[in-house]
Amino acid sequence: MQQVAEPSAGSNDVLLAVENLEVTFGDTPVLHNVSFEVRQGERVAIVGQSGSGKSTTIGAILQLLPGNGYVSNGSIRLGSGGTMVDLADASDAQMRSIRGSRLGLVPQDPMSNLNPSMKVGAQIADALMSNRPPGSERWARAQTKARAVELMTEAGIPDAERRYGQYPHEFSGGMRQRVLIAMSLAGEPELLIADEPTSALDVTVQRQILNHLQNLVDARGTSLLFITHDLGLAADRTDRIIVMSEGRIVEVGTPREILLNPQEDYTRALVAAAPSVAAVLGREPAGGGTSSIAGPEPILVIRDLFKEFKLRGQRGSTVQAVKNVSFSVQRGTTTAVVGESGSGKTTVARIILGLETATSGEALIDGKAITASRGQERRALRRMVQPVFQDPYGSLDPTFSIERLIDEPLRIFKVGDKDDRRRKVADLLNQVGLPHAVAQRRPNELSGGQRQRVAIARALALEPEMLILDEAVSALDVLVQDQILRLLADLQDRLGLTYLFISHDLAVVRQIADTVVVMKAGEVMEAGSVDQVYNRPGSEYTSELLGAIPGAAFAA
Amino acid sequence: MAATEIAPTGTGPGIGPEGAGLGSARGRIWRSLRRNPLGIAGGIMLAIVVLAAVLAPLIAPYDPTEVHFDAPFQDPLTVGYLLGTDDLGRDIFSRMLFGMQASLQVGALSVLLAVVVGTPLGLLAGYWKGFDAVISRLTDVTLAFPFLIIAVGLAAISGPSLSNAAIALGIAQIPTMIRVVRGETLRIKESDFVLGARTMDASGLRIMAQHVLPNAASAIIVQATVIMPVAVIGEALLSFLGLGIQPPTPSLGIMLSDAQQYIFRSPTAAIFPGVAIAVICLAFNLFGDALRDALDPTSTSSSRSRTRKKNRK
Repeated sequence: MQQVAEPSAGSNDVLLAVENLEVTFGDTPVLHNVSFEVRQGERVAIVGQSGSGKSTTIGAILQLLPGNGYVSNGSIRLGSGGTMVDLADASDAQMRSIRGSRLGLVPQDPMSNLNPSMKVGAQIADALMSNRPPGSERWARAQTKARAVELMTEAGIPDAERRYGQYPHEFSGGMRQRVLIAMSLAGEPELLIADEPTSALDVTVQRQILNHLQNLVDARGTSLLFITHDLGLAADRTDRIIVMSEGRIVEVGTPREILLNPQEDYTRALVAAAPSVAAVLGREPAGGGTSSIAGPEPILVIRDLFKEFKLRGQRGSTVQAVKNVSFSVQRGTTTAVVGESGSGKTTVARIILGLETATSGEALIDGKAITASRGQERRALRRMVQPVFQDPYGSLDPTFSIERLIDEPLRIFKVGDKDDRRRKVADLLNQVGLPHAVAQRRPNELSGGQRQRVAIARALALEPEMLILDEAVSALDVLVQDQILRLLADLQDRLGLTYLFISHDLAVVRQIADTVVVMKAGEVMEAGSVDQVYNRPGSEYTSELLGAIPGAAFAA
Repeated sequence: MAATEIAPTGTGPGIGPEGAGLGSARGRIWRSLRRNPLGIAGGIMLAIVVLAAVLAPLIAPYDPTEVHFDAPFQDPLTVGYLLGTDDLGRDIFSRMLFGMQASLQVGALSVLLAVVVGTPLGLLAGYWKGFDAVISRLTDVTLAFPFLIIAVGLAAISGPSLSNAAIALGIAQIPTMIRVVRGETLRIKESDFVLGARTMDASGLRIMAQHVLPNAASAIIVQATVIMPVAVIGEALLSFLGLGIQPPTPSLGIMLSDAQQYIFRSPTAAIFPGVAIAVICLAFNLFGDALRDALDPTSTSSSRSRTRKKNRK
């Protein structure tokens, strides 16, 4: 309504101008006074944790807000001069012609954003046809196909001609993301919005995709609005960073300003907690390093471990998930197993926990294997090693109260009576830094970080010597992740715990681990101390992984 | 930071063991139900139907079997007969109330039977592959027969009565219940919290009772609301065929069967029990739908309002 302001100096340079944007869901405003600009050809990142309003901001720009959300104040001007529109006021018909042709979107999850029953090429052709400039002639079928193949090739899909006729399930995650990039560029948009485009991908794939995306965008002079939770990634890839928190813009600056000289407390906390940045800036490890290496007797020995899975439907054919893995873990230390998806790291953990049986080789806890032991001995081994899983939303039974969750292990192992257990729960809550009042709550009333604390308390209930942490902090926001890592380090110091820390994130591993085992496709590529692996990597794969840690540009 | 996220509540430790959590979960379900207009309509209809059936002896102006030879085929709203009378001069309104009572009794009994038998079998089939091979094949075989044929067959063998009709309909519904519970079990069994319990060597029965069953409860409840109307219709059908409740005891099915001989002379005698059956089924379906949306936070209701842009200042 109050659009068409005076074109200010240099405004023909500005592609997107968001001014005093306020978005409301129902009666609750969730975005307050958000103002920023994106210039022609500029790459801008919006960085924030979950709930910071970064996705709501792009939802408002694309007029694709979920449910009962709407723009309650402010303007979103796209373009300048004659082609300028206020997106906040555009009609649905206008928006349909703008989306795709002027605004492109690369969505977050490549797994769910392609139609599984439609050929990949047809989906790109579809995007091409719906984004023809108005009035232009209909393209011939062959012409559309040729253009789609061209886009796929540009997006880095090899053998595009053949793959045009394939279905999404025949593409890997990284390849699917390339398809989505090809689709988003089909309408030659002026502004490309990438919403966490690589969060679901492995680090090495992430790097390839982002390099490619950057080249494409640079070559076309397209502006990029890049949404991410990873400060290091934003710093690597963009000219300007907007830090958001709780629906407001906290700070705006160049990557160098934000990382090296943050002005606001929130940004400072974010920079300090960002593992990728810390790893490169050479910050002192939070925990691991301080614990002394005690006793020569390792608590866990993995020897010549193999695991084969039968492939479903294909008689006789098997896949080797774990091949000849050997390593040992000293008492009181943290050993990290690092690898990308499919590297077999979780299978190793499951064998140690006795959830899978090894095809050959052994996993010995204190010299004994869970799967081979029975009765009293088995129970003792079980009590010694406890797991903490990745997803605190899935690992806690939603129908249980927190107290019941934490004392479940005690009840299963018949430890103490009712009063003992109640005292123990209180003590454990205290140890993981949760107030006593949560005992009667249910998991869905707690935040992700609080839930992971409950999961840790539960794992500690039987006073184990070792915790198996399977991607235990991967699902958490950086600030919360940092708190949980500190809690783990603190518990290790106080209780002398041993950790087997399974992760895909080398930056996090550097903060917590003493020794690192790098795995790829079921095999151990390299094993050694953190210092050795990070500073003098012994395998090419490790170097590649290390190079893919975002934020490396600020090492100097 | 973690500590400050939790607002202190009145529920200290020591107050009711199931205190705050359950209450708030109930609150969420209640709020969701209240937001669903169709659900509210279903709930109100259900309340009226159940009240009318339970209070039938108090509300009904006549004994349902009382014959008035001086007043057959009365039109609705005739003085003394709210919905008119049938061929024997029996009050249709009174018969309908008692007929609904019988319908709901049969429905409730057969649902109870299907839940009590189907749930444990479904749990076993979902949790242990060995049981699955046997139980699932048996359900497949049963499902291959149309369910009404089974019910008619069982009712014919066991002799016509209210309880036999309920048992026949209940047995016919067991396979679907097994299917639902088995599917839920297969899903829940793969969750991390079950994995966690398995790392402590918790027994299968313990995991089923403590983890799987509570998490499958909402699916079971919803399935019960789906079975209920089917059983109500099934009762009417069995009675219509003479295999259910025996005259002169009133049942909606018997009323339909009696009325069909005089359908042109007195259509209302068939219309009112027919409408009663439809209302009962609709009430359960609407309420069941709303309940499913309320119990499952991930399901998106189609009736959820889309108010974007319309509210723009």
